[in-house]
Amino acid sequence: MNTAVLTREQREAKLEGMGCKRKRVEDIRFTQGKGNYIDDLKLPGMLFGDFVRSQYAHARIKRIDTSKAKQVPGVLAVLTAEELKGVNLAWMPTLAGDVQMVLADGKVLFQNQEIAFVVAEDRYAAADGVEAVEVEYEELPVIVDPFKSMAADAPVLREDLAGKTSGAHGARKHHNHIFEWSVGDKAATDAAFAGAEVTIKELISYHRTHPSPLETCQCVASFDKIKGELTVYGTFQAPHVIRTVATLISKIPEHKIHVIAPDIGGGFGNKVGAYPGYICAIVASIVTGLPVKWVEDRIENLTTTSFARDYHMTTEIAASKDGKVTGLRVHVLADHGGFDACADPSKFPAGFFAIVTGSYDFPVAHVTVDGVYTNKAPGGVAYRCSLRVTEAAYAIERGMDILAQKLGMDPAELRLKNFIKREQFPYQSALGWEYDSGDYHTAMNKALEAVSYQALRAEQAAKREAFKRGETREIMGIGLCFFTEIVGAGPSKNCDVLGLAMFDSCEIRLHPTGSALARMGSKSQGQGHETTYAQIIASEIGIPADDIAVEEGNTDTAPYGIGTFGSRSTPVAGAAIAMAARKIRNKAQMIAAYLLEVHESDLEWDIDGFRVKGLPEKFKGMKEIVWAAYHSPPPGMEPGLEAVSYYDPPNMTYPFGAYICVMDIDVDTGVYKVRRFYALDDCGTRINPMIIEGQVHGGLTEAFAIAMGQEIRYDEIGNVVGGSFMDFFLPTAVETPKWETDHTVTPSPHHPIGAKGVGESPNVGGVPAFSNAVNDAFSFLGTRHIQMPHDFWRNWTVANQLGLHG
Amino acid sequence: MTKTQVKMRVNGRAVEALVEPRTLLIHVFREQLNLTGAHIGCDTTHCGACTVDLDGKSVKSCTMFAVQVDGATITTIEGMANADGSLSALQEGFRMEHGLQCGFCTPGMIMRAHRLLQENPNPSEEEIRFGISGNLCRCTGYQNIVKAIQYAAAKLRDAPQKEAAE
Repeated sequence: MNTAVLTREQREAKLEGMGCKRKRVEDIRFTQGKGNYIDDLKLPGMLFGDFVRSQYAHARIKRIDTSKAKQVPGVLAVLTAEELKGVNLAWMPTLAGDVQMVLADGKVLFQNQEIAFVVAEDRYAAADGVEAVEVEYEELPVIVDPFKSMAADAPVLREDLAGKTSGAHGARKHHNHIFEWSVGDKAATDAAFAGAEVTIKELISYHRTHPSPLETCQCVASFDKIKGELTVYGTFQAPHVIRTVATLISKIPEHKIHVIAPDIGGGFGNKVGAYPGYICAIVASIVTGLPVKWVEDRIENLTTTSFARDYHMTTEIAASKDGKVTGLRVHVLADHGGFDACADPSKFPAGFFAIVTGSYDFPVAHVTVDGVYTNKAPGGVAYRCSLRVTEAAYAIERGMDILAQKLGMDPAELRLKNFIKREQFPYQSALGWEYDSGDYHTAMNKALEAVSYQALRAEQAAKREAFKRGETREIMGIGLCFFTEIVGAGPSKNCDVLGLAMFDSCEIRLHPTGSALARMGSKSQGQGHETTYAQIIASEIGIPADDIAVEEGNTDTAPYGIGTFGSRSTPVAGAAIAMAARKIRNKAQMIAAYLLEVHESDLEWDIDGFRVKGLPEKFKGMKEIVWAAYHSPPPGMEPGLEAVSYYDPPNMTYPFGAYICVMDIDVDTGVYKVRRFYALDDCGTRINPMIIEGQVHGGLTEAFAIAMGQEIRYDEIGNVVGGSFMDFFLPTAVETPKWETDHTVTPSPHHPIGAKGVGESPNVGGVPAFSNAVNDAFSFLGTRHIQMPHDFWRNWTVANQLGLHG
Repeated sequence: MTKTQVKMRVNGRAVEALVEPRTLLIHVFREQLNLTGAHIGCDTTHCGACTVDLDGKSVKSCTMFAVQVDGATITTIEGMANADGSLSALQEGFRMEHGLQCGFCTPGMIMRAHRLLQENPNPSEEEIRFGISGNLCRCTGYQNIVKAIQYAAAKLRDAPQKEAAE
């Protein structure tokens, strides 16, 4: 490289490394309709599979008659549990240590549960076949309300577990109980409450919703009988884990299973787990000897594959009269549906809910979680959040507002008074986490200033007076949220799935002419890994990002990884990239020393190569070094320049942020208007500010949807109400508020590049900010806690119950 | 089931397809014509991922039968790039303003924006937001999609002036 021509700034700019708003590589194909999604895939002879699903939420299956379906033109096979039993696949293990029916075995436990799988020459014939399958049901009593699941006379949902007094996570205390999990110091917490000057206690529910990526879950399974090899193409956020699950349940050796995840049209946690559709497509391919495609339709997606939340959190805070928190106690009733199919690390049946102490210095805390079965779809996935973190953030951030109201204190002042202080990091939380870094006061004060918080409160006070005088029918809410996330699962000392430590991986190969290929164990679903990962490598080894290809999603070529969910890509895979790149740089330094005829220790790294300390003209650029690695390596050194890193993070990362929502609600119509939404995020080192901002916009929009209307609701007999986009609230460009973004930077001290992850923060922080705004708006009229979602109808109902409609 | 011959003009090319009366237009594109840019996201005409331009109108091709379009002139996302293969103003705008993430809604969103700008070359932000409200995006929160369309509108307005100046 001719360094004399380019300035340092020009050399840095040419790399497009970390901190640069690099335009996305992926967009070239996506803007031209040339993405490669699962349903775009066509294999010779490919068949299509479709499900017969249960009309009832709880019923015994008396009879399944597939004879007419098999006569339908184009239909080749119909699978039921009986056929699957022949290959021991009528049930499958879940990631949560439970088992789940692949196809209904004797009974069904939720509406739209899979009963039979029709395999046909095309999707129309498959649909015809589904229509022709006859199922005779005997209806059973239904449990929809988790609070009724453990009643003494509650019907037995899981007959397969009869007599089992313990499950994967310890003792079961009722036939519909899954687990009880607890953490913290109960005695000390009870003592703190017994001696508290002020306490609050509130049931704070986080309703059932769904990640609903625009592309549903889908796969193509292709079994090669001659080789005994299985290839599964699918919408997999965690391709390697799917391969290991496939080998464990199919007994096909892992080296004969090839899992390929091409472009994925959004995931948001929906595409982590293994679903009956995948198993049925695999079995159907083995049975027919042909590739089989399975594509969910939208109703199937919303009603069967992995709901999120349904967490009912009785939250108690103890405090002194002047607003210092002294204890936190939370009991959660967790509705897991008919099977426990969460995608949590093995030791954490309630995910990382223990982050519920939030950003506050609680001396003591105690949490218990009871998981129960109901006649609803299985799941409990982390919809755009780390596992159960959005639930925890919602409980504590609503709780702090409720406490502020009881104390008559400003909610911002209460938060500032109780924040963990900058000098307390690394901070040991009462529930056992070590927060890596934070500067909460700076972030909160910056946010309050940005929105002129005091002026907003003054305006609100004036507006409330005007409302009382009857001069306006509009009420104003100011919703604060200061969240701390826990992401980047996770350290092998406490995080595993199926016994696999939750590391992640990167392999980097430098090609002789100076370009590079990086292969990853993670898997983008829209996060832009091909763009940002190349930026990390560019900064670490001085090769322009444009010269670095990033490849993910092929288990044959990628190093083993746990995949992309729970904001773990940057904290874990991103760290693996830096570590692999540093191995390459270390070898490059030896080569440069040989080329420059100096000792390695005489060299220093300088943007895109090594120079001799004190002799700036003695320089070797990476391109020349890479060529030397393949052309004339130093004597005794192996040729080539590549490295692999499997990164086991020493700790989780703890992104945080301060969000403020200003909202006006018309009490006569319940219609709200989001006047302003300000989001300050601190995700540590920022790799690509453009992509960070985009992720924050997207996460806030999902938070807006969840808080303000998005819900999977059931009627009393277990019918899903709102199982299509007709009823399930996905905001359009018209409803979606305009977002203001801001940031502070507090790097993670244990991460190689100091990055913490950001994609899920806006969802975690956004939901409480919206809900607090609604609650704040109504609070002066005497409300204490209004449950989400806060749609127009519910807002109107609250106003009506307050007697505001005359 | 009896099949019918359908003729149409897609991206400037005359094509024929043999379809059942119930065959959806989106399936003709995706499964017969190998045009997989338009996607299926909802099956109920809400998400707009399947949007194409049909005789000068934005149409959701997942709720249209193929037999309805005999004789029609259709543009899909595959027909949107410039003649020299470079990105058109809208495609470029989506990339420059980070108007996409997973890319699944993008073809439909661009096709809708294309028709919007044909009808209103100088839309306000509110007009853009209303104009694309038949298309859902789960990733971006729309803010940068609005900017992308504004970018394209500005570029398309400037382009004829530049040509005239030259």
